[in-house]
Amino acid sequence: MAFVTWFKRNVVVIAGLLTLAYLLLPNVVVTVFSFNRPKGRFNYQWQEFSTDAWRDPCGVSGLCESLGLSLQIAFWATLGATLLGTMIAFALVRYRFRARGAVNSLIFLPMAMPEVVMAASLLTLFLNMGAELGFWTVLIAHIMFCLSFVVVAVKARVMSMDPRLEQAAQDLYAGPVQTFLRVTLPIAAPGIAAGALLAFALSFDDFIITNFNAGSTVTFPMFVWGSAQRGTPVQINVIGTAMFVVAVLLVLVSMAVGNRRKRQKA
Amino acid sequence: MKTTEETTAGGGDVRLTGISKTYGDFTAVHPLDLTVPEGSFFALLGASGCGKTTTLRMIAGLEEPTAGTVHLGDQDVTALPPYKRPVNTVFQSYALFPHLDIYENVAFGLRRRGIKSVKKQVEEMLELVQLGEQARKKPHQLSGGQQQRVAVARALINHPKVLLLDEPLGALDLKLRRQMQLELKRIQTEVGITFVHVTHDQEEAMTMADCVAVMNAGRVEQLGTPADLYENPRTTFVANFLGTSNFIGAEVDSTSGDDIVLKAGGGKLVLHRARASAPATTGGKILAGVRPEKISLTHADDAGGIPEGRNRITGRITESSFIGVSTQFVVDSPVCPDFEVYVQNVDRDARLVPGAEVVLHWNPAHTFGLDAAQDVDAGVGTAEEEVA
Amino acid sequence: MATVTEAPPTPAPVAPEKKPPRKRGRWTPYLLLLPGLLWLVVFFALPVIYQASTSVQTGSLEEGYKVTWHFATYWDALSQYWPQFVRSVLYAASATVLCLLLGYPLAYLIAFRAGRWRNLIMILVIAPFFTSFLIRTLAWKTILADGGPVVGALDALHVLDVTAFLGWTAGDRVLATPLAVVCGLTYNFLPFMILPLYTSLERIDPRLHEAAGDLYAKPSTTFRKVTFPLSMPGVVSGTLLTFIPASGDYINSDLLGSTDTRMVGNVIQSQFLRILDYPTAAALSFILMAAILAVVTVYIRKSGTEDLV
Repeated sequence: MAFVTWFKRNVVVIAGLLTLAYLLLPNVVVTVFSFNRPKGRFNYQWQEFSTDAWRDPCGVSGLCESLGLSLQIAFWATLGATLLGTMIAFALVRYRFRARGAVNSLIFLPMAMPEVVMAASLLTLFLNMGAELGFWTVLIAHIMFCLSFVVVAVKARVMSMDPRLEQAAQDLYAGPVQTFLRVTLPIAAPGIAAGALLAFALSFDDFIITNFNAGSTVTFPMFVWGSAQRGTPVQINVIGTAMFVVAVLLVLVSMAVGNRRKRQKA
Repeated sequence: MKTTEETTAGGGDVRLTGISKTYGDFTAVHPLDLTVPEGSFFALLGASGCGKTTTLRMIAGLEEPTAGTVHLGDQDVTALPPYKRPVNTVFQSYALFPHLDIYENVAFGLRRRGIKSVKKQVEEMLELVQLGEQARKKPHQLSGGQQQRVAVARALINHPKVLLLDEPLGALDLKLRRQMQLELKRIQTEVGITFVHVTHDQEEAMTMADCVAVMNAGRVEQLGTPADLYENPRTTFVANFLGTSNFIGAEVDSTSGDDIVLKAGGGKLVLHRARASAPATTGGKILAGVRPEKISLTHADDAGGIPEGRNRITGRITESSFIGVSTQFVVDSPVCPDFEVYVQNVDRDARLVPGAEVVLHWNPAHTFGLDAAQDVDAGVGTAEEEVA
Repeated sequence: MATVTEAPPTPAPVAPEKKPPRKRGRWTPYLLLLPGLLWLVVFFALPVIYQASTSVQTGSLEEGYKVTWHFATYWDALSQYWPQFVRSVLYAASATVLCLLLGYPLAYLIAFRAGRWRNLIMILVIAPFFTSFLIRTLAWKTILADGGPVVGALDALHVLDVTAFLGWTAGDRVLATPLAVVCGLTYNFLPFMILPLYTSLERIDPRLHEAAGDLYAKPSTTFRKVTFPLSMPGVVSGTLLTFIPASGDYINSDLLGSTDTRMVGNVIQSQFLRILDYPTAAALSFILMAAILAVVTVYIRKSGTEDLV
């Protein structure tokens, strides 16, 4: 009876933790198999423990080159999408203008469209224009689909900002430029940072649109895709694990720093 | 960037000339002329939506007037943007910069004007508002009262010619509000700068201001010292918005010298001519008003003891509530169904309970006469709505 | 003392003809919008129009294509590939429902029950994003491998008999069956369900739960009458963020499925990149786009949540 009561009260917690396990299971597998020494070309079955791949992560030809290229594209795409998206977000929140509905739709549609449709459409355009597929076409595509997400993130932040803060700055002798640099931008910064982070993650991990528009250029997800057809090197798991660990560590460290700063000030 | 010439030209009085503001079809402020003398503590009092905040924002430069001009001393500042006006504002809910600490919030205006060494001034200002200890905290770590003082310090450090306060105490609880009222009054006396204070709280306006302008529907209804507004309201709106008033619809019976004799419900009332704000012609209508605390209450059995020459009305007590310093009665009388009377609890008459027949009487000098062609209930309840 | 008078009504108050020089900035919004919108018009809207025109062209790769208003391409594409369309909708819908069922308890847990673990669980939900989704999807090949512990357990519990009967699995395999594809889709888009759900649940004042309990609602009634209705915005955007990408996905079908689980995405991809039949590919992606826009529009109207952007 006591157990039944306990179970009833905690059924949500149990179900939630099971979902969490479902979400994390593949990461556990990826990590474990980064220490595998597979027989044959595919790394799907456990054979024996080995740290070979960790000692030589770039040991597969093309892997680290593709990783570098992906990071490079993600960096420039983030920069471009964040800049353009932030400008749009400010225009949407702060100004009145004609055709607001059309603008909103144009920003919403890329998010409501399956990637394969955007990918195919963009490829059609590039083929029609006779553009050479490669780094630039991929970068253009990435900025395009990251843009809307940045707009949404920044817009939410700017909308929740008290307009009186900017009026207070003006009242305290800050001209329009100073007001923007000293008050508006710092307060909107978390929203812009969130948008940029999202853009980076989306760009770095994108496969479908990249695959259509990359020509013979190979990004990291494309490398993984290719190896899934030909044979998966253990190094893929090494890189996947390393990125997971680095991401979690970065977040934990930044949280710890934030907490300590809060405690010192209080 | 602001130049020093702009800050030093002319005196510190604020002059609004024919200033108005319309949004589409809606007129927020009707053309009005208003002069706030240098060094005074001036309150704009009214319910929400009466145009008081719009007027304030036009002085600050945050709102562009549809017509009219704003002068600070001799300088026409109508066309100047807010960052070039020698005026600072304490915003409603303070608008402290959340990403800057208290010190940097206070230093903000000085730094924007290119002043390099701000340390001494900021520290002095934080001492003035008793926040020296909190300099390195962020605004959200302070209590409401402390945030309010930071907002005042941030504005005052710039030595503005005029300090504008937009409902500065609205977010504080009652006790803190009382404390801050005195605090602001002290600071104003100390620095001697002109304060223009917008509020919907009549008690706040009366406690703090030297001069109050009561606004209603985009117009100034009446302007004067708190005592003057209370004793000599010229409209029913002012009479009801500031405190409570009883009104008796009356007809002018005759005039003799300085007195006007009124006929109401079969009885006679006397009104001094100087206190009638509407012309009195025999046979004309007039609203006679009297404040609840000016009235004495005598049991009908003792009516003979009431001295001659006092205005009197008979009635029956319908409600009484004891509130410590006084007892508040509601009396049903032929001339007014719910006459309010406040009686000090000096010698309580045990016979004064609901149902008792009583005589209300007061010194004729306390009667004021208003134009009868107005809504008797104008301004009733509008002040309380917002406080809640 | 201060003075006040109403300004005389006539002559009209002197309206200064010269407006203060602060009204510039009328062009600012357009300047801010221009670069970003231009980007979206050129690289998003224009391609969709190109796509539309391609879908009614005829010709061959060697001789080039011409617009001939050949609408039969649409009909041919539909009649040839309708099973893939149906499959896409079915798989995406199943994955969306599963995401909602799995994601809601976790979002609820983070919002109301996690206490000081809240941030850690949040990180664990988001962190897998940083391992490339392709690598993680490949991991499912290992997890669902033939004869592996998961399949073995399902077999021992006779779950596989039931799913095989329903046509979700084949024999004692999970890999290369619809179940594996739906499982992969669910896994891949689960965070897109959890995050909006969490956002809308987190906004609910926990005192509402107490108030409902105070007003004689059982916990289950509280959930049905208070919590769930208030989380509707999250449910709507979560289901859209799951359904839309899932219906166009071809990765999960390709990696975890077989030729019998091919979805529209697979067809478009192979038409475009391997068979090079551009008109058919364009027609297919145009149909998919139209179908999704229709679904989204109806869904948003019905649920009354217009402000998703």
